[in-house]
Amino acid sequence: MSPLNRKLTRDLWKMRGQVIAVAAVIASGVAVLSMSLSTTEALSETAHAYYERYRFAHIFGRVQRAPEHLADRIRLLPGVQAVTTRVVKTAILDIADFSEPVIGQFASIPERGEPELNLLALRAGRLPQAGRPDEAVLSEPFAEAHGLVPGDRLRAILNGHWRELEVVGLALSPEYVYTIGPGALMPDDRRFGVIWMGREALQGAFDLDGAFNDFSVGLLRGMDPEPVIRQIDELLANYGGTGAYERANQLSNWFLMNEIRQLKTMSSILPVLFLAVAAFLTNMVLGRLITVERAEIGLLKAFGYSNFEIGLHYVKLTVAIACIGIVLGWIAGYWFGLANTRVYAEFYRFPFLLYEPGPNAFMLAAGASMIAALLGTISTVQAVAALPPGEAMRPPSPTMFRRSGLSKLALFQALDQPTRILLRQLGRWPLRSLVTSGGIGMAIGVLIISFQWLDAINRMIDVYFLQAQHNDVTVGFGEVRPASAELALAGMTGVITTEPMRAVATKIRFGSREERKLIQGVPARQNLHHVFDVDGHAVDLPPGGLVISTILGELLDAGTGDILTVEVLEGRRPTRQVPIVAMFETYIGSPAYMEIAALNRLMGEAPAINTVHLRTDPLYRAALFRKLKEIPAVSSLNLKEAAVTTFRDTMAESMLIFISFFVVFAGTLAFGVTYNAGRITLSERGRELATLRVLGFTRAEISYILLGEIGALTLVALPLGCAIGYSLALLISGAFKTELFRVPFAILPDTYGLSILIVVGATAVSAFVVRQRLEHLDLIAVLKTRE
Amino acid sequence: MTTAEKKAQGIEPALRARDLTKVYRTGEVEVHALRGVSLDLYPADLVALLGPSGSGKSTLLNILGGLDQASSGESWFNGQLVSKLDDRALTRYRREHVGFVFQFYNLIPSLTASENVALVTEIAPHPMPADDALRLVGLEERLNHFPAQLSGGEQQRVAIARAIAKQPELLLCDEPTGALDSQTGVLVLEAIERIHAELGTTTVLITHNAVIADMADRVLVMGDGQIVEERENPERRRARDLRW
Repeated sequence: MSPLNRKLTRDLWKMRGQVIAVAAVIASGVAVLSMSLSTTEALSETAHAYYERYRFAHIFGRVQRAPEHLADRIRLLPGVQAVTTRVVKTAILDIADFSEPVIGQFASIPERGEPELNLLALRAGRLPQAGRPDEAVLSEPFAEAHGLVPGDRLRAILNGHWRELEVVGLALSPEYVYTIGPGALMPDDRRFGVIWMGREALQGAFDLDGAFNDFSVGLLRGMDPEPVIRQIDELLANYGGTGAYERANQLSNWFLMNEIRQLKTMSSILPVLFLAVAAFLTNMVLGRLITVERAEIGLLKAFGYSNFEIGLHYVKLTVAIACIGIVLGWIAGYWFGLANTRVYAEFYRFPFLLYEPGPNAFMLAAGASMIAALLGTISTVQAVAALPPGEAMRPPSPTMFRRSGLSKLALFQALDQPTRILLRQLGRWPLRSLVTSGGIGMAIGVLIISFQWLDAINRMIDVYFLQAQHNDVTVGFGEVRPASAELALAGMTGVITTEPMRAVATKIRFGSREERKLIQGVPARQNLHHVFDVDGHAVDLPPGGLVISTILGELLDAGTGDILTVEVLEGRRPTRQVPIVAMFETYIGSPAYMEIAALNRLMGEAPAINTVHLRTDPLYRAALFRKLKEIPAVSSLNLKEAAVTTFRDTMAESMLIFISFFVVFAGTLAFGVTYNAGRITLSERGRELATLRVLGFTRAEISYILLGEIGALTLVALPLGCAIGYSLALLISGAFKTELFRVPFAILPDTYGLSILIVVGATAVSAFVVRQRLEHLDLIAVLKTRE
Repeated sequence: MTTAEKKAQGIEPALRARDLTKVYRTGEVEVHALRGVSLDLYPADLVALLGPSGSGKSTLLNILGGLDQASSGESWFNGQLVSKLDDRALTRYRREHVGFVFQFYNLIPSLTASENVALVTEIAPHPMPADDALRLVGLEERLNHFPAQLSGGEQQRVAIARAIAKQPELLLCDEPTGALDSQTGVLVLEAIERIHAELGTTTVLITHNAVIADMADRVLVMGDGQIVEERENPERRRARDLRW
């Protein structure tokens, strides 16, 4: 080994504390990046493989009732590879020991052989057998939520008749990776489940003998779904078809892809922060190292080592530190990625998990952090080259200080000398001080954006559920009912007030843009379920036009006053020109509203409804549920309270793992920055501190100078960090804007407080560690050597 | 008054050391820096500690000043056993009774001359005003200069002012002119001489320069960790007359 390389290994060992601190920050960046990338990769590969193996269809659609032979006509369309027709209906279930209403989505499967598309992944038991119409297979998460296993029984109202079903198997399906009930926002496995039964059994139960009401189509590889969808819609228009849609719009897949997109956003923003800090730390450590090693550098130059060789020596040092960080980051990233993917796999139900991260994620993370670290080395290498050998051999003269205007103030004159030392040090290198504060501030910022998620979720819940919705139950009918159905519900014991709604499936077009959208017809002035702007006011609906969310406006590229083409996909299927009369901002979804009477007129129908919002008396609620379950027309019941809980739990669960990672990372960051700043101050000022000890200052008194500096830098970092957090949160709330959610920009004072507390804690720990080194300050050795 | 006269009059020594030894262990090598040193320093003594490099002068000075602890032997200051004090008590000992001057001035670069002195006057029990101390070393014109704005000799004189501002009973100077040319060195020695005369501080001056030893009352010559010779200068030479 060459002497320089031997020096390298010994330097690394000598500075191990700082090396570890820098490596830990690099590792954090590598870990976050490789975790996000490998999770994204795993999720998307698992989904892809799942779809492939279980033949997830490419086109989906519903009809009112279509004769079986139409399936063959669809099969003959160019580009179509396979067609599966089914009976799919929702119904109320009765589960022992669970008083609240539960909704089941019943889907048929062939009694013999397997379906051509959307195969079931059987997890336990077996499929229903021919001639046994009461056998059912439950979706696994639903069965788990209720502790149901093959052999158990449950009751359901199928088309107004109570039926007792026997559970014979548990399964998963690529169609229900994300299982979401009608009118719900989040999966709730206790209140919504999928139940597969034999085709003949369901056809019999729902009077659909020889017919189907749901279909899936598989396409030949590389086929464009658009023309096929158009032809299918023409074919099924007379059978109550509500419009076929491609895989991208299939609910479960849409949610899953949204999540993968969000993960990608996450992996593009946050690791950059960590890598930037790592670059800064590398620069800080190396810069100070060179100051300390001036004499050695001069000596090496005197011996004839070239600038390149010495520069390379320091580059190698950086590379070594970065490599330690990268390897640590890889290990952490692999495990975090695996843990994270498992959480997702638990949430999105996959029958298997492909976590085989390729080298790409890891190489990308390594490359990015190596570049960041080397960027931090540039100025150091330049400084080495600039150091003339003779100059380097002479001790540096005392640092030049000047009396600033501040020094002359009476306030400054009142300060004791140690405080003056502290302040002048900070003022002498303002940029360096600011950059250190910036590093600590970065840690605060990362924490703020992590905790801000919870604030945002709370704000969403507050606006969407608590302020906007004053109903506690929502009753859905399977079919459109006359307006009198609302009166029937209003007359039930325990119902305080009611509000009707009618949702109509449509295609809305503007220019070249088209969106499938349920238009919700509600009263002009709502008293229970408000059309609510995020500003906190209810929106009244002007007659004769659409009131749409701004996000829908963006999707259609349309604004107030524009005339939209609305193609209704049910009833008489009219197509009408409807103006946008108002727009409003929402956090969740991209809804479109219309005054209910105007919507019914647009449909050319008598007053009709398909949903009723209820405000109920808690005392009578249990009895009310029992009665509602008995009403055949009721196909869904949603409880606001349960929705809030599920929303909160689901968001918290998926966010919590990220947040806890970031708390650890931000702690590492704060520790790394302050530990390095402290150690460097100590090495630069060891002589000064030893002098003070000789002059009779106690350890506590010199600690004040050393730790006071860290304290002052941290103090500056607090507002700086809050500002960084604020800006990052603003950036992220813009970046995380999807069709489903707009993350509100909301930071509560608690979030600032908690972030500050954690960083101050990490800083205190590192200050304590540095303080320990003062115990070993060698007074004599320091004083006997020249600077 | 000579040392012999002080002894004869029954004046108690300000500082007394008996059989001090110091062994450093560096790796597997044992270095005997002191091998049984005994000495008495009387109030207002000006003693030169003369000897070649490695003879143990600085080790002895550090032990007497409470910067280091002896491996064996004892030392007393005004009747108090210094060699057995813990770190906290040693800090107080240095703070209240001892002033140090080193070859490298060890000024705090971020403090002005006056503030460097105030550093000590703020924590000492009976200090003189910082500016008075600087006046004693002839720096009344340079009070508000930072170390980087002072010459080497001026910096050393600030260090002396800093050491004596607390009005210590003991002033320990380790090669105070070692980093200076002779002309500047004389200025520094004059400052020490003047302080000794005006304040009557017991002063120990380490040097390897025999000429400088001529300004002391008494000369202790060290070699190989022991005092090999002790002599009284029949006549002290004035610092300003010294040349080397």
